[in-house]
Amino acid sequence: MSAIKTTNLTKTYGKKDTLFTALDNVSIDIQNGEKVAIIGKSGSGKSTLMHIVALLDSPTSGDIEINGKNIADYSTKQIDQLRNDEFGFVFQQFFLNANNSVLDNVTLPLKIAGIKPKSRNQRGLEALRAVGLEDKAKNKANDLSGGQKQRVVIARALINNPKIIFADEPTGNLDSNTGQKIEELLFKLNKEQGITLIVVTHDEDLAKKFDRRINIKDGKITNTTKGAK
Amino acid sequence: MNIRDLIQTANANLLRSKIRTALTIISIFVGALTISLTVGITSGISSYINSQLGNVGAENVLLVQPAVDQSISSGPEEYKEDEATATVNSPFMMPMVTTDDIQKIKSQANIAKVTPVIYPSIEYVQYVDNSKYVISASSFIDGTNIDLVAGQIPNNDSQELQIVLPEDYIETLGLGNAQESIGKILSITVRNTASSQSQTIDATVTGVQAKSLLTSGGASGNTALLEALNNAEKDGLPDNLKNSYIAVATQLTNADEETIESTKTALGELGYSAQTVQDQIGIINQIINAITAVLLFFGAIALLAASFGIINTLYMSVQERTKEIGLMKAMGMSKGRVFILFSIEAILIGFWGSLTGILASIGIGKIANNIASNGFLKDFTGFDLTSFPLTSLLPIMLVIMFIAFLAGTLPSRKAAKQDAIEALKYE
Ligand SMILES: Nc1ncnc2c1ncn2[C@@H]1O[C@H](COP(=O)(O)OP(=O)(O)OP(=O)(O)O)[C@@H](O)[C@H]1O
Ligand SMILES: [Mg+2]
Repeated sequence: MSAIKTTNLTKTYGKKDTLFTALDNVSIDIQNGEKVAIIGKSGSGKSTLMHIVALLDSPTSGDIEINGKNIADYSTKQIDQLRNDEFGFVFQQFFLNANNSVLDNVTLPLKIAGIKPKSRNQRGLEALRAVGLEDKAKNKANDLSGGQKQRVVIARALINNPKIIFADEPTGNLDSNTGQKIEELLFKLNKEQGITLIVVTHDEDLAKKFDRRINIKDGKITNTTKGAK
Repeated sequence: MNIRDLIQTANANLLRSKIRTALTIISIFVGALTISLTVGITSGISSYINSQLGNVGAENVLLVQPAVDQSISSGPEEYKEDEATATVNSPFMMPMVTTDDIQKIKSQANIAKVTPVIYPSIEYVQYVDNSKYVISASSFIDGTNIDLVAGQIPNNDSQELQIVLPEDYIETLGLGNAQESIGKILSITVRNTASSQSQTIDATVTGVQAKSLLTSGGASGNTALLEALNNAEKDGLPDNLKNSYIAVATQLTNADEETIESTKTALGELGYSAQTVQDQIGIINQIINAITAVLLFFGAIALLAASFGIINTLYMSVQERTKEIGLMKAMGMSKGRVFILFSIEAILIGFWGSLTGILASIGIGKIANNIASNGFLKDFTGFDLTSFPLTSLLPIMLVIMFIAFLAGTLPSRKAAKQDAIEALKYE
């Protein structure tokens, strides 16, 4: 079954003279449990596409279906719920609350969901263990290294046992060794829990390991290649 | 997010910029302090006055005097033949109640008894050979309650010349303590207006009265004493001057509201002003209410200013936390929850400001009570300058927290309406 299906997504910014088409007639169909890489040059519209399919941004025109249902048929509350329950996010920037503890950062989605401190902290520690940062739970988020922060962000993305993880350049600012670990972690989640992965990257080597690569140039899909190489 | 987490998060956010939060709280504190102190003082004074009012008694007595035109005149008033005599001898330059007036008043419905209220001009009083003192005295009005420390109230039907003295006169006059003073003879000297001769009248001390703010601090005597003093003072004057009084106490057959009101109106039409003792004392309440209104107004202005402080603080907070708000929204926090989160921050500012303001005012009130009860209110038993009943403090807190909430709605709305993706892109 399709996890996410889009038809003719178009996103434009500005008006008249400054009109800019960031996405142009993008149609994609992502299956449950699939690993999809979105690749393209800087400014090609990768993040824009990811934000729109993750329901963070709305397209200028075109349709999106999640779990076989058009999002126009979801209420605002259901969309909030969907993002809280079924999506996990790794943004291009870390977006950690610098002064809060690592654990508090990781458990934020559960706090928003209204889960009690005891059980959310327990789950937070589990998620941190999964990324190998259990011992940093009490540290301030700000005191971690870049690679550690990225792992915290991933722990936060998987804490709600999401069905889909959206990751924008998850290994972008990591050394190859740490990048490798993150990569393995994401693939493990996909393999063991069947989590759908939608990952934006410009790293060709990483992209090769995905089931499918969607190439974007100037807001248009240029070609899609299938099969991990 | 559940309510506990919302409050904790809001609290943590406030603590993040401590100085800014503290300054905003201080502005609320000032408003809350002003209002709470005002309410405290008003409630202290009012509760004393009301307890005293309840004690005054004489509900069925109207004090009647000729109505005075209180408008400020421009130039001298025109001479009117029939009013001329009455004002001549008045020490207050006020129209007096004459025997004719008393007849007129008596002829009204519902009137049981009319007694002149005499304010004699006492030259001095003296106990045995002690020093001479100047005091004021007036007629005891039947039905009035006097808070006695010793002895009995004056008996208006007795032929004995009786006087009840305020507690603080006793020692000064050399009468010993309250108990000892009962039955002692006090000499009262008045000067005759016609002959300028002094005359001394002996009165028996029959009671000692506790000091109270409302009982004007003078002595009161029974009818026999006051008539004797009036005669001594005015003997030899023409009858119309001799038998004229500042006011008369008019006892009604009935003490119900309706009788009092209708008699007041009837007397008013005849050109008299009639007031119950409660009315007279009630004027103090009116003055206090006016002062209260002014102080509350200042408090309200302070709160208004503080509201802008809250708006400003929260706008800054929303601005600073743009990314954080965006992140929370991206993770599925609803608009409503974001609004509530910021509203709680506003309410917490209101809560801490009003709580500290009220506690400070209670503290100041306690100190003021101490100073006052050892100082200028020493003799007024049961008079607390300030009182802070919970029933008036709680509404103050709630109202201030509500004002804080209202002030917070603008920034809270801004936060709630913030677009998740714009907020995440925000640099
Ligand atoms: N709010 C906006 N207003 C105008 N143009 C915008 C806006 N947001 C994005 N764009 C433009 O849309 C295009 C696509 O942006 P996007 O962030 O999707 O790029 P990207 O492929 O993720 O690039 P990168 O690899 O550098 O992150 C860019 O040219 C960008 O300037
Ligand atoms: Mg991008």
